Formats: sequence, structure tokens, C-alpha cells
Amino acid sequence: MGIADGLRQWLDERFGWHEIRAFIEHKTVPLHRYSYWYFLGGMTLFLFVIQVLTGILLLLYYRPSANEAYESVQYIMTQVRFGWLIRSIHSWSANLMVFTAAAHMFSVFFLKSYRKPRELTWLSGMLLLFLVLGFGFSGYLLPWNTLSVFATKVGTDIPGQIPVIGKWIMVFLRGGEDVTGATLTRFFGFHVAVLPGIATLMIGLHLLLVQRFGMSVPPGVEEEWKTKPLEQREMRFFPNFLLRELMAWYVALAVLGGLAALKPWELGTKADLFASAPPGIRPEWYFMFMFQTLRMLPAKVGFIDGELLGVLCFGAAFLVWTLLPFFDPGRPGRLQRLITGIGFFALAYVAVMTMYAYVAK
Amino acid sequence: MNYQSTNVEASPKRRRFLEVFLGTGVMASLVSFLYPVLRYIIPPKTVELTADNVLAAHVGDLKPNTGKIFRFGSRPALLVLTSDGKYHAMSAICTHLGCTVEYRSDLRDVWCACHGGLYAVDGRNISGPPPRPLESYDVFLKADEIYVRRPGNA
Repeated sequence: MGIADGLRQWLDERFGWHEIRAFIEHKTVPLHRYSYWYFLGGMTLFLFVIQVLTGILLLLYYRPSANEAYESVQYIMTQVRFGWLIRSIHSWSANLMVFTAAAHMFSVFFLKSYRKPRELTWLSGMLLLFLVLGFGFSGYLLPWNTLSVFATKVGTDIPGQIPVIGKWIMVFLRGGEDVTGATLTRFFGFHVAVLPGIATLMIGLHLLLVQRFGMSVPPGVEEEWKTKPLEQREMRFFPNFLLRELMAWYVALAVLGGLAALKPWELGTKADLFASAPPGIRPEWYFMFMFQTLRMLPAKVGFIDGELLGVLCFGAAFLVWTLLPFFDPGRPGRLQRLITGIGFFALAYVAVMTMYAYVAK
Repeated sequence: MNYQSTNVEASPKRRRFLEVFLGTGVMASLVSFLYPVLRYIIPPKTVELTADNVLAAHVGDLKPNTGKIFRFGSRPALLVLTSDGKYHAMSAICTHLGCTVEYRSDLRDVWCACHGGLYAVDGRNISGPPPRPLESYDVFLKADEIYVRRPGNA
């Protein structure tokens, strides 16, 4: 008996290894014309793992204080061997992760994978998307450069507009009335401890729910399979689907390496809290549609401040979007067409506003 | 026998009492754990440096039709010298979403780069998203020094 067999037997006697194996062997993925959308969730998870690994490496040199943060990132980029690679991969992977998470969300939305019984899977996924944006926002400040400080001023002023509790939230986020070194320390804590903790729990829950209910089959395909049961196809998750996913991850890794080598992430200039905002200042691409909206809103809409209206509308829109599965009747009809229409409108709004922001200047 | 029947009768009441008793106890201890945490995460109020009279610049530092950011207490403020030789001082924090504004010589106005808000040199919001004027300050000269103070703070 070899070592591997001995180990297997040892595990089997204690944990019922064969049960776990049987479970893995029985897990399947439905096979149809939309199956490639199933890769996006796994891709996001892969990028998250990249973030954790490169993040831990950055922690070895990064210093979270207003006097040292910029210099320590500069040190990583210029002195530490392969520091530029680690930091650039961290930044590029963060951006790709926002993209794949958002694409995953829209694919789930349009394929109606959120239908009963998967409402909680959608809810945990939306929370994860907000966490990803929180990671992006808090991590953006950490190099302590001019752009990041103004982005943080604006980004923390936005929740400050909320009536009654807004001021409290703003002070909590900033660690004071203004954006200072205290904000940096706080954001560092959010970025490397609070958010990773919550995200890990949420990912666990999300994956558990996906395991519990299996992959959703889009309504159209489900109909076809009902009428022609012989056309129903599926693929074993292990090893067939996982190997395909692995190939996709490998490609992603190559893309990340290429981006990091050809376009290393910039550091910018060190933040000066007593300088004017530089011309052409703008947030990361994934906040551009909100940025453009806030820029276009007039000072007053009726009796209400423009920015307050914008903030309230976005808040309401995100809330409605998150709760949409609970409105979906689960069968074709006017309401379901309306929900799909809302989805297309949201996607178009985000796309058009993002492009407009880059063109309008 | 007697003992048993009283036990059955008293039981729901006793259970209710224990539930309330334990429940309030657990709630009270939770509150006593959470209250310090909530107070802890809100930072203590820093005493704002009372900027009575702040030296913003010296005469000759600014050319006509330019502006300069200076520290007013713990926050940035803007001093502008207009083409006709008048000084204006105001808060440099945009009333829209808190960016730091600047004086644009080409527009002869105060401009915020973040969302394109525009103010006149006296702080009035004239276009773009800002909902309120910039807080304006008094300017006075002492020899060749330009001082700025909050209005009514003589």
C-alpha cells in the first residue's frame, strides 16, 4: 500500500473521505448555449484569491500613515525586486475583479438565475459586489496620492449628504470631520481586516448556496428541455468543468501579467491636503457613471439640492435592484418583461454615462 | 399529588418570568458591550484651531488676477487678488462635494476641478452643481501683511 492510499484510508476512517469524493463526482453543470456565463463567478473568485495573495505581499512593505504611505509604495515600485509587478497586478486585478463581478451580476440578472429558490444567492452576491466596490474605494486611498485623496473627499462627502445619519457616517468613514491621516489609517483597517473578514464569510455563504441549489438553467432552455428531454445535457464539474475554468484562469493570469508589464500602475504625486483639486480629476472607471450624473445635476432641483437628489436616487436604485428577485413572479408576463426592461435600462444608463464621462471631459 | 399539580399550574408563569429575566439580562449585557464600541468608532472631536487672524500672504506675493491657497486653521482657504487690485478671501472647500477649489485667471472666477462648479470671486455660486456660496472671509492689511478672518470676528 502506497503512502497516498494509506493517507486516503486514514482520512476515510476519520472524516468519511469517500462521501466527499462521491459528492464531488456527482456535481454537474448544465450544458447549453449560455453555459459560458457560468465561468464569470469562478473567475471573480480567482481574481479575489489573487488580491488576497498580492495584498499580503504588499503588506510586507506598506506603511499606513500619511507621512510614510506614499514613500512606502514608491519604495515597493522602485526598490523592492518585482515590487512593481506585485503592486501592478494587485491594481489591475482589482479592476478586472470589479468588471467580472459586475458582468457576473448582469449575466445572472438577464438569465434570471435569481428566481426562486435562489433569491438569497442573489442577495449574498449583491452584498459581495458592494464589498468589491468598498475594497476598490478603500484601497484607492492607500497610496496617498493627490487623485486618491480627492476621490476620498468626494466619496465620503456623498454619504454625508444623507439626511439625519449622513454626518455620522461621514465622520465614521473619515475618522474626523475632514480627510486626514486618520482617514488613511481607518481605510487601511477596512481594506485589510474588516472587508476581507466579511467578504470571506459572504463568499463562503454564496458558494454554499450555489452548492445547495446547483446551477440555474435559464427559463428558455428549461422550456426546451421540458419538451425535448433528450436534448438535456450536463457536464461533470470535476474534472471537466474545473479544467476548463482552470484554462480561463490561466488566460486571466497571462492578461494580468501582460497588463502589469506593459502598463505598470501609476503612483501619481504625493497628496497635499492644502492644494487645489487638479484639472481633469476623475474617479476609477467603475464610479464614472455616478460621477457624470453628479456633475450634470444642477445646484437645485425644485427645492432640493441637486447632489442630495442624486445621492438619494442612486441609493434607492441600488436598493430596488438588490430586491428585484423578490418582485419577479417567476413566470412570463408583463411584470417579468418590465423587470427585464429595467435591467436593460440600467445597463444602458451605466454604459452611456460612463462613455459620456470620458468624452465630455 | 398536590406538589405535582401546583408545578403544572405554575410552570408557564415561571417560564415566562425566566424568559423575560434572561432576555433582558442578555440584552442589557449586549448593550453594555456595544455602547463602548459605538462610542469608540466615532473619533473624539478635535478642537478646531480658532483662526482669528491668519496671515494669508504678503503684499506682492500675488500678481493681479491670481489666487493662492492658504491654511485657515485646519482647512484650506483661497485668497484672490482681482485685476482691479482688490483682495477677496473665502473657504476653498467646494460646497458641492468637498473638493478644493482654485482661482482661474482665464475665467476670472473660482472653479472646482472635480465637478466643474463655478463661483464668483466674492464666493457666490454662479454655475454648475454647487448648491451654496463659499463662506467668505474678511481681508485686512497690516503693513505689508495680508490677514484674513471670519466676518464679525474682529
